[in-house]
Amino acid sequence: MNTSLTGAERLQSAIIDAPKPALLPFFTAGHPGKEDFHSTLSNLADAAEAVEIGVPFSDPMADGVTIQRASEAALANGVSLDWILRELKAHGDPGVPLVLMSYYNPLLAYGIEKLAESCAERHVGGLIVPDLPWEECDRVRQLLLGHGIGLVQMVTPATPAERLRTLCRGSGGFVYAVTVTGVTGGERRVSEEMTTYMQRVSACSVLPVCAGFGVRSAAQVRTLADVADGVIVGSAVVDCLERGEDAGDFLRSLRA
Amino acid sequence: MKIGSSEGPLLLAALLSGDLPDRDGRFGPFGGRFAPETLMPALSRLEGAARQFFADGEACEALDRERRQWIGRPTPLTRARGLEKAWGAEVWIKREDLAHTGAHKINNALGQAHLALRLGARRVVAETGAGQHGVAAAAACARVGLPCSVYMGVLDMERQAPNVQRMHQLGAEVVAVDKGDRTLRAATDEAFRTWVADPEGVYYLLGSAVGPHPYPWLVRELQRIIGDEARSQFAEQAGGLPDAVFACVGGGSNAIGLFHAFLGDEDVRICGVEAGGKSLDPGENAASLSAGRPGVLHGSYSMLLYDDDGQVLETSSISAGLDYPGVGPEHALLQAVGRVRYVTADDAEALEGLAECCRLEGILPALEPAHAFHAARCWAAKNPGRRILIGLSGRGDKDMPTLSAAL
Repeated sequence: MNTSLTGAERLQSAIIDAPKPALLPFFTAGHPGKEDFHSTLSNLADAAEAVEIGVPFSDPMADGVTIQRASEAALANGVSLDWILRELKAHGDPGVPLVLMSYYNPLLAYGIEKLAESCAERHVGGLIVPDLPWEECDRVRQLLLGHGIGLVQMVTPATPAERLRTLCRGSGGFVYAVTVTGVTGGERRVSEEMTTYMQRVSACSVLPVCAGFGVRSAAQVRTLADVADGVIVGSAVVDCLERGEDAGDFLRSLRA
Repeated sequence: MKIGSSEGPLLLAALLSGDLPDRDGRFGPFGGRFAPETLMPALSRLEGAARQFFADGEACEALDRERRQWIGRPTPLTRARGLEKAWGAEVWIKREDLAHTGAHKINNALGQAHLALRLGARRVVAETGAGQHGVAAAAACARVGLPCSVYMGVLDMERQAPNVQRMHQLGAEVVAVDKGDRTLRAATDEAFRTWVADPEGVYYLLGSAVGPHPYPWLVRELQRIIGDEARSQFAEQAGGLPDAVFACVGGGSNAIGLFHAFLGDEDVRICGVEAGGKSLDPGENAASLSAGRPGVLHGSYSMLLYDDDGQVLETSSISAGLDYPGVGPEHALLQAVGRVRYVTADDAEALEGLAECCRLEGILPALEPAHAFHAARCWAAKNPGRRILIGLSGRGDKDMPTLSAAL
């Protein structure tokens, strides 16, 4: 690993350097069990270009039932941002860059400056904060940048053209293209409309573009390969873990 | 949160002159738009439509006509002679319990239903705690001809069963929310999700002065009629201004509606009363301003009840309508600049307040405003002979299941 690069840059190249599309699985930390954290992380890291770790929150208002359930279970298991960062320190180098996904309030409670420092020491290259839109994120973005960590911006099919350019320019690590309007989870067909949308996003972005929300099958991943640099697989991985199946195998099956 | 003594008066002046909320939806440090990217275009559209609506003389006149003919405004200001004798003060009550559907919620619901029509929404979703906002939304949607789905926690559906029946009768779909804390907070999460899934077709009729900008401002503008009426009624019936104004605060829509007209009257003391629940220990109350700290929930930065890990706390209150861990950002500002004092009344004190109002005035208030009656009584005891105005936000019929169990 090239240590002269910042976390955000390492995240960016991990996605670009991979055979298309890069896979970015998501799991909620401490779900299904707290004791599964390290094995799940290693297992996913072996089959992916980067791993997105979900910080559980009491009110996950942008998530569908699967991730809500995982979040609730993790909280019941006593998982917190502080716990996650301690475990990540113990885990050492996972071999791929990490991305933390959290609603804003747990980050506020932890302290943004302290968080930026902790993330930089733990292979975290990017942060996704679904309830921190562009208008509200300046301070957080700057503090993270100071430690080489990217604040990943989300764009959606409803994002107007000018705003899309702003978000793509302002993102860090990669651009998260939400492929459908809605909450996370549920399978969606890759439509022509979506292809046009993804091309529109890519045209605005110098950073890699990763597609997310509703990716569950190898067929979808194949189609997205033409239009996305990476694919985020969230609810499908969480479902898999909940059933006690091997999420690494599932990820490998998506590349078939 | 305290704001410096030099900055406070400036922020209050900006609020009074209409410069707050600012372009970003901020009331000083509070407010904003902490919403998923998916909702950002919808929030901008809503703000634009609302500003156009308030500037459109014909649209406002049509709404005013409905307020008079359908809601029954203006609601009366009642002199409470029984309470006066008991408290040793002059007591006036602003009667939102006499508004159509029995609470102030209808002022907001009707206004936003008109906006939903203007925006071309296909359907309306709303969240409800006590059920008053759900009933108001159901009635307003029936009136303007839009389908309405109301999200309600299963715990609230039990304790406010009469209101569930009323919503059904008014043609609304009631969606039972059986996750999270199973009360208003979980219902709000779920209503948000429905909106996130279809921001174009769905109009989210938020029931309190909370949420991402423009809601706190929009809801206040629709509720300020309470205070505007009360202020001129007081001048006409009592003469001059009250010495103190009291209202209960959950999300804070009836309170901000009543308070707004008096914010510039330096001599009028203003007091918001939160739900003290069982105690002020974490998880045992819903007193965001008295026991919380600044945080982000449901789209805005305001005072919030959460633990050291940033997880929102469970809340507890005998009144479902106050049982919410957050509060509107304008209240957070008014507290921070010291213009409004926020206190608590606990479950038992609210029940006492309710019983006394029934006995001495022949009015059954809802459990929510009963909190304000208690605080007003305490203030009167220390300030004899003064003139008090209390916002009676709604009637108590909906609370009969809780009252039968408690009394």
